[in-house]
Amino acid sequence: MPEIEQLRVGPVAISVDTPEMSRNLCRKAGYTYTFLSDPKAEVIRRYDLLHRGAGVNGQDIARPAEFLLDSSGMIRWVNLTEDYRVRARPDQIVEQAKSLK
Amino acid sequence: MNERHWNWQLWAGFLLCLLGFASYPFVFAKFPITRDIPWANFLLFGTGIVLLSVGLKRAFQQSQQYRGKVAGSILGALSLLAFGFFSFIVFHMTRQLPVSAATPRVGQQAPEFVLPDTSSNPVSLSSLLSTPLVNSQAPPKGVLLVFYRGYW
Repeated sequence: MPEIEQLRVGPVAISVDTPEMSRNLCRKAGYTYTFLSDPKAEVIRRYDLLHRGAGVNGQDIARPAEFLLDSSGMIRWVNLTEDYRVRARPDQIVEQAKSLK
Repeated sequence: MNERHWNWQLWAGFLLCLLGFASYPFVFAKFPITRDIPWANFLLFGTGIVLLSVGLKRAFQQSQQYRGKVAGSILGALSLLAFGFFSFIVFHMTRQLPVSAATPRVGQQAPEFVLPDTSSNPVSLSSLLSTPLVNSQAPPKGVLLVFYRGYW
């Protein structure tokens, strides 16, 4: 993630976790980029990424997905994994981010 | 009466199978190279199952010399169960994902949103696209949206 910030691309993490939970996660893991909370999954729904009942206690959560947007907000690259164990690798993302002008 | 030997392969094999199961969430899932294809875990399972087979063979074919007919059968069954469950998780369970047919595609405009950050301040996508990053004066070249499952 520091590499991608050097390319002037801002990482933004989004989940159903509350701001408090994300704050704890950032403190424990030392993350400094933006974490946004979507507890009602409104944005997650808008992006059609809702995974119903997949949370630990059957909550609706987001399926993992990565979107690279250019400065105009246009989507340049999408990674929708077919297996939630497998997410985009940092080097893949850096490679894509390098092509942004 | 000759005393029968301890059949250590059974226990070592069982232990490796347990390790093969438990090491994935705690160790190997943290690194893409062992996460995407869990070869390290399959290696542990494989070694464990080979050891168990050696131990079981001795327990049944040389039962005068080696112990472990009952224990070996139980440990063997548990190990196979662990292996089966692990395979079920990594080859089936984690692939049950929604279709996401309406997800925005490459070339489309990312839908605008406003969400609270960790300090509960509202942040919009348009502000993320225009606000310079820390240690930078120029506006960002782009934004990487990472949707994740969360820690509940």
